[in-house]
Amino acid sequence: MDLSFNLLGNAIVSGVLLGGFYAAVSIGVSISFGMLDIVNIAHPAFILLGSYIAYIANTWWGVDPILASVIALPAFYLLGVGIYSVYEVSFERRGDTSLRGLAFFFGLLFITEVTLVLVFGVDYRLVNAPYIGPSIHLGEIELPLRLLVPCLVALVMFGVLQLFLSRSFLGRAIQAVAQDPQALRLMAANPTRIKRVAFGLSIATASIAGAVLIIIQPIEPSIGRDYIGRIFAIVVLGGLGSIGGTLVAALTLGIAENLTATFYGPSWSPAVAFGILLLTLAFRPRGLFGRA
Amino acid sequence: MRNTSFIALLIAAAAAVFAAMLWVGNGYVFFAGYVVLQYIVLATAWNILGGYTGYVNFGVAAFFACGAYSTVVLHKLWGPPLVVMILVGGAVSGLIGLGTGYLTLRLRGTFFGIATLAMSVVAETLITNWQFVGGSRGAYIIRPEHAPHLPLDYIQYLCLVMLGLSVLAIATARAIEHSRLGVGFATIRDDELAAEASGVPTLRLKLIATVLSGGFMGMAGAPLPYYVTYLDPSSGFNLTYAVNTIAMPLIGGTATWLGPLIGAVLLGTLQQVATVTISSALSLLIVGLMLVGFVVAAPNGIIGWFKPAVRTSMRRLRGSR
Repeated sequence: MDLSFNLLGNAIVSGVLLGGFYAAVSIGVSISFGMLDIVNIAHPAFILLGSYIAYIANTWWGVDPILASVIALPAFYLLGVGIYSVYEVSFERRGDTSLRGLAFFFGLLFITEVTLVLVFGVDYRLVNAPYIGPSIHLGEIELPLRLLVPCLVALVMFGVLQLFLSRSFLGRAIQAVAQDPQALRLMAANPTRIKRVAFGLSIATASIAGAVLIIIQPIEPSIGRDYIGRIFAIVVLGGLGSIGGTLVAALTLGIAENLTATFYGPSWSPAVAFGILLLTLAFRPRGLFGRA
Repeated sequence: MRNTSFIALLIAAAAAVFAAMLWVGNGYVFFAGYVVLQYIVLATAWNILGGYTGYVNFGVAAFFACGAYSTVVLHKLWGPPLVVMILVGGAVSGLIGLGTGYLTLRLRGTFFGIATLAMSVVAETLITNWQFVGGSRGAYIIRPEHAPHLPLDYIQYLCLVMLGLSVLAIATARAIEHSRLGVGFATIRDDELAAEASGVPTLRLKLIATVLSGGFMGMAGAPLPYYVTYLDPSSGFNLTYAVNTIAMPLIGGTATWLGPLIGAVLLGTLQQVATVTISSALSLLIVGLMLVGFVVAAPNGIIGWFKPAVRTSMRRLRGSR
């Protein structure tokens, strides 16, 4: 009885930590899919790109992976701006976002993955940092720093983005695009320019998410795919365009997956996200905190 | 052209292809030909949903692998003839299409795409945890030496079966294009809201398309265990199947049955050559780059290059008259 309670407590705590990490992975899609209506299924591939950059910086120059990801932010922002420019000209103007726009991102996902395989091979890679390994103990509860640090980084990133979106002029403009791009055009503002900035931001988050990913687990190029289901389950469950909802949904999924892994075995945990996604789509497609 | 005469022509063409393969007489031709034919079925099946109604299915690997794994199950249970396995594989994948479609097709189009992508992962998880079909270790299937009732090697027989499936898939796709069903599909693709408002039963039509498309993918997957003789989840659910199957119609052109056929023959052959001469990873990179290149620069595919030429020459003809 006592043992299983302990197990439960530990599963929930590490589920919360895992959820924080999932939040970092999902925030980019929450912006691109939730606010800009751009179904960027290639996001996990960009996260892995971030992981490999952190890996290079760490093994070649001994730079801390999180610091490396912060340095790489501008490059990822520019990558996002570039991708959106192509997307806007090729698909949004032609009104062909649903079929060919989706296929475009699918192609990008595949190209990035195959390129990573060609450059780095399929061996698992990992990084070194002082916080990988030790744990903090609070009574019976164990807090591995390997999970705690990514969770804290994710929360900081969330806080900064939430502040930016709700307080700054540009952030409010992004929210305005999410609500009604047509009205924005009538106010003589250019939604394309604002969306370009917002999509750049969403890809920039992949840099930090990638560093966080390689801290949590060793990586190889194809693991990004496991996150597609999780990311979209979180974004849909949280309600499209709701930053706070994304955080709540990420924590929910983290706990649900960890409980499943603890009591049924880790090989079942990928199925949890899909179950949540399908249930949400079937019963409450606008998510927990979504606009109707 | 009437459907019957088209089918007769198609069968004649297929017979000619098979005769040519026999004439070459090299065993490798059949191994490579099987893959190209399999992609003709997959690309045509994908296009029934993707090209005609505009809904993107990323879960090709799931439908395909479920067909393959139903063969593994049947083989372990009592080993019926291959035709029965193909029918069962098609039925299983068709039902999966019905289930996924029923849950997500009432929502915005992109949700269906995302759901199929996630479904691929989940189906793989289920198969990995199912010890009866070998779990993550995979399953071995012994390929018979000779074809039943025919003086052919088994690999030649598999190739012939796949050729038959290609004929069936292409004939179905073309019949749909020229029927009320095809017109209904096109209204969904062009403007679903307007179609719904004009009384088109959009959900039912979309479900028909999903079931047909998924069913053909399952049928294409059913002979796979006999072709590879060893099937494990990571190879059966390989993302390569999805990328190729989506790239082929988009490169060939999605509007008619000819597009997926051109795309599959072109890309399938190219990949077979590139895998042998360069490397398989690099040949996949080529596919990815071609997919992105075509959707950005040539949204109507290879067919689209010829259409304007045909139209201008027609106009010139009319002008001179």
